[in-house]
Amino acid sequence: MLSINNLAARIEEKEILRGISLDLPAGQVHAIMGPNGSGKSTLGYVLSGHEGYEVTGGTVSFEGQDLLAMEPEARAAAGLFLAFQAPIELPGVNNANFLRTALNAIRRARGEAELDAIGFLRLARAESKRLGMPDDMLKRNVNVGFSGGEKKRNEVLQMAILRPKLAVLDETDSGLDIDALKIVAEGVNALRSPEFSALVITHHQRLLDHLVPDRVHVLSAGRIIRSGGPELARELEANGYAGVVGEAAAA
Amino acid sequence: MPAVAETLDTVESLTQSGYKWGFETDIEMEIAPKGLTTDTIRMISAKKEEPEWLLEWRLNAFAAWQAMEEPTWAKVGYPKIDFQDIHYYAAPKRPAPKSLADVDPELLRMYEKLGIPLKERAILAGVEGAAAEAAIPGSSNPNIAIDAVFDSVSVATTFRDSLAKVGVIFCPISEAVREHPELVRKYLGTVIPVSDNYYAALNCAVFTDGSFVYIPKGVRCPMELSTYFRINAKNTGQFERTLIIADAGSYVSYLEGCTAPQRDENQLHAAVVELIVMDDAQIKYSTVQNWFPGDAEGKGGIYNFVTKRAACRGARSKVSWTQVETGSAITWKYPSCILQGEGSVGEFYSVAVTNNRQQADTGTKMIHIGKNTRSTIVSKGISAGKSDNTYRGLVRILPRASGARNFTQCDSLLIGDQCGAHTVPYIESRNPTAKIEHEATTSKIAEDQLFYCRSRGLSEEDAVGLIVNGFCKDVLKELPMEFAVEAQKLLAVSLEGSVG
Repeated sequence: MLSINNLAARIEEKEILRGISLDLPAGQVHAIMGPNGSGKSTLGYVLSGHEGYEVTGGTVSFEGQDLLAMEPEARAAAGLFLAFQAPIELPGVNNANFLRTALNAIRRARGEAELDAIGFLRLARAESKRLGMPDDMLKRNVNVGFSGGEKKRNEVLQMAILRPKLAVLDETDSGLDIDALKIVAEGVNALRSPEFSALVITHHQRLLDHLVPDRVHVLSAGRIIRSGGPELARELEANGYAGVVGEAAAA
Repeated sequence: MPAVAETLDTVESLTQSGYKWGFETDIEMEIAPKGLTTDTIRMISAKKEEPEWLLEWRLNAFAAWQAMEEPTWAKVGYPKIDFQDIHYYAAPKRPAPKSLADVDPELLRMYEKLGIPLKERAILAGVEGAAAEAAIPGSSNPNIAIDAVFDSVSVATTFRDSLAKVGVIFCPISEAVREHPELVRKYLGTVIPVSDNYYAALNCAVFTDGSFVYIPKGVRCPMELSTYFRINAKNTGQFERTLIIADAGSYVSYLEGCTAPQRDENQLHAAVVELIVMDDAQIKYSTVQNWFPGDAEGKGGIYNFVTKRAACRGARSKVSWTQVETGSAITWKYPSCILQGEGSVGEFYSVAVTNNRQQADTGTKMIHIGKNTRSTIVSKGISAGKSDNTYRGLVRILPRASGARNFTQCDSLLIGDQCGAHTVPYIESRNPTAKIEHEATTSKIAEDQLFYCRSRGLSEEDAVGLIVNGFCKDVLKELPMEFAVEAQKLLAVSLEGSVG
């Protein structure tokens, strides 16, 4: 599904990613963990095509396509979704209208028929109900006046409606209480299938209790310094990053 | 390349390629020689078979205009206009049609290009039973009547009969001068005097046609009244004149929308619109303005110097001006309200978009004279390219206007870093009980907003359109439904350049 090979990237003159390699097969969920400033969010932005980051080396292949050569909207059409750590506010833009425009843009790009307003609302209401979100979230302006938790849930709702093949969740769990955390985990779990993969960027073990990853990678100073099974996340929780980072430095 | 720079590139390349509605209709014209003298005015007046009093009125205005200086206070720049190098009268060569069936097929094809709905075209074309068919729901909106102004002569007016049944008069003003001289004489020039300002005086002297509306006491006009203006003859300044009177307890919603053909010479446009509102009456006046803005260097666009003013004479009378201004090289326009009647209400909702080298200096004046008068101003300015966009507004509370209230909101949105947004609000309160609120914001379309949209699959153009429409929502919702959609499209086209 996703194959990252020796990826390096910088913002302005600052090197952030220094050679990341990672294989994410279809149907798997991988977690990216690591201390602040290790490059976790940068990885998410680079994958989805943020123009503020300059790729200085390496390749990324997504279902055999050269992901780095694609515009952000083409990446979305190809099935990539980034759940933002800090979702952006769009004043005056109705959430349902935004989502329908996005969904139809993706459907058009894939050569599928567009959904009309009624068909879309039926889908959106069903998804928001399943995620335990109030209907009025669809009527409000995109992320405007949303609490931190509502913004994160709105990202999960968008993901549920856009049905990506690969979801990158950038600290979607941060700032959430335990109930909201479960909703986020359920949102991802509901999409789990042999055709769906997710890259879950997180600080904490907490989310991974509900969203059990196939693999855990530890990122430090722009490199993956350790990979392992779900037990690695628990080890990090118990010993902290310092232990793992120090170990890697010593090795 | 940063996303915004790329958007600008796209906008620039597409706006250079052509103006979507830039076509010219080939109809034979009768044109007055260039230049403006008392002879030109006598000729216009004679062509229109006007009464002596109106000729006198025009000549007075001309004398006033000659003594005036072209105003320079607006934040707009343009080469000096040679007023002697303009044709002041142009009419299609055929005589004014006596019935709709006489309408030139070429003109009907033009309506098609303008996107006038099928049903209305059929009615304009005089198709048998078209009006009856129009009443079928879904065929199109049956509740719009059109008075089409093609250059200087109104060539077709629809729905006259059904309006006549309730006593509404909706006709070309030249016809009103002949058929309803008492009404025209009573109200013409009473809101905007002949010597009000340079362009208004010019209009008084040489106006050729426009719309006249009279809504009798207690009548709610059964349909939207709509005028499609169009400037067509080369180098012919167009000077429309509109007069709308809403008698006590009446209501009317009026819409003007315009497009113009592409050309090289600058075109002067100096319209005058006067609204008169009696006790408990209301006029909703909506404008969608999309005249040729000029090319990327600003060459060839329309100069739009318009005077629009409403007199809220009656108690509890109300006027709402809603405008979406996307066209013209230069816009100089301040639809205003004189709030004379006790408890009268004035509203101004405006979206002004400038791109490339366009210049807009627009706003409103709310003059509070009567007690407990209220006004609301919501202005949304969007600047892109190398354009300049100025909001200029005046809120004046006179000593007798106890309990007057005003709320003003002025928001500016910048796209790119080479455009300008300016806000010039004047507030004069001479009554201590008045309450005046003013809010203003300036923002840019942020890179992260664009990226967020694009990461969801939207193209950059769609993203800009969505954000701009969101920014303008408070104004767009004031437009009649059928025109709100059109206006949204227009905003998208103006900024995204999704031409062709």
